Amino acid sequence: MSESYAKIARDGLWDKNIVTGQMLALCPTLAITGTATNGLGMGLATTVVLILSNVVISALRKTIAPEIRIPAFILIIAAIVTVVDLALNAWLHDLHKVLGLFIALIVTNCAILGRAEAFASRFGVLASALDGLMMGIGFTLALVVVGAIREILGSGTLFAQASLLLGPHFAFMELQIFPDYPGFLIMILPPGGFLVVGGLFALKRIIDARKPTIEQEIKQMRTERVFTAAGVLKPKLETGEEA
Amino acid sequence: MQDFLLVLLSTALVNNVVLVKFLGLCPFMGVSRKTDAAIGMGLATTFVITVASAACWLVEALILEPLDLKFLRILSMILVIAAIVQFIETVMRKVTPDLHKALGIYLPLITTNCAVLGLPLMYIQGHLSLAMSTLSGFGASVGFTLVLVIFAGMRERLAQLSVPAAFAGTPIAFVSAGLLGLAFMGFAGLVHV
Repeated sequence: MSESYAKIARDGLWDKNIVTGQMLALCPTLAITGTATNGLGMGLATTVVLILSNVVISALRKTIAPEIRIPAFILIIAAIVTVVDLALNAWLHDLHKVLGLFIALIVTNCAILGRAEAFASRFGVLASALDGLMMGIGFTLALVVVGAIREILGSGTLFAQASLLLGPHFAFMELQIFPDYPGFLIMILPPGGFLVVGGLFALKRIIDARKPTIEQEIKQMRTERVFTAAGVLKPKLETGEEA
Repeated sequence: MQDFLLVLLSTALVNNVVLVKFLGLCPFMGVSRKTDAAIGMGLATTFVITVASAACWLVEALILEPLDLKFLRILSMILVIAAIVQFIETVMRKVTPDLHKALGIYLPLITTNCAVLGLPLMYIQGHLSLAMSTLSGFGASVGFTLVLVIFAGMRERLAQLSVPAAFAGTPIAFVSAGLLGLAFMGFAGLVHV
């Protein structure tokens, strides 16, 4: 175990967040974030798939031959997505109708195969499950934020139809932010998705730029050393006598 | 004949895969830095989507439906698509080595393009006929190529402009894609299908 649990959580939620950090899974991020509720539903479905696929692949990582690992991973993910698709259709039928095709398209969500390849095929079951959970929560947060911005600006509500889509217990989430809001239609229409996501990427970059991370410092030190070795920056201290 | 033309217009422009249906965004963002690469990717994707639309329809109608195995749809479609991509790569290497070399790296990427899985699934769920799904697949992928090439042109221009530091690169690309989407919304209502 070389990765600490705190680092896994930090990677999933912020540093390597699927949407804002790795810029993967763009199709669902833009397509089903017309309302925050849809984003939440899609995020949770993807989280379930991520956890299950990470656990299964991690458990089988010593059995699967490395040469055929990618097709094997895709088949495992496709089987899990089928299960989630059928389960949603049975128990949350309204949500399934809204998300529609994009449940099936979790299969081609590059982030899931990416986690299988980058994490689950190398680390233990417990760590992989945590990685799936954290990546999933990070993804859900990103979808909910995009959905909330579009919904508030577009129609003045937040989590509209939550009770209809997720079940009656979620009725408390439905909010009317601006009463009698005329609606800013473009935010709900497809172009609004691009504008909000573009703004969100810029925002993350501004926040990250404020605190230089340790990695950046290490990178800076390394480039300095490379320059010295290449003779661009002549080392001044020890070589004085030899020269 | 007029019907066919309407389907082509509707799938390529009005219901554009990328800008309206939000499918295939990964290659749209990933391979749109240079126009040449965008054209190559667009052509390869057009071919795969058209063949996949027909092949998935056949698998659904000839295997899954008679055997009552509809719940295996996602699993079998992804296998069919992976096989088609592999098949096309092998055939191209033998028949047109030049084209294969030009498209080389983009071919395997097509399997993870969600439009390739999404469109055939959409046509199967919409109960289209074999001819209609193939034609719609072709129209939709022509629309994909069109938008990809236009967007690559926009990004080549963008690369030479000075953009605020926070927006440089991907964020400004998204904003421009939004504006392109806005332009394509002008096609809405052009065709009623």
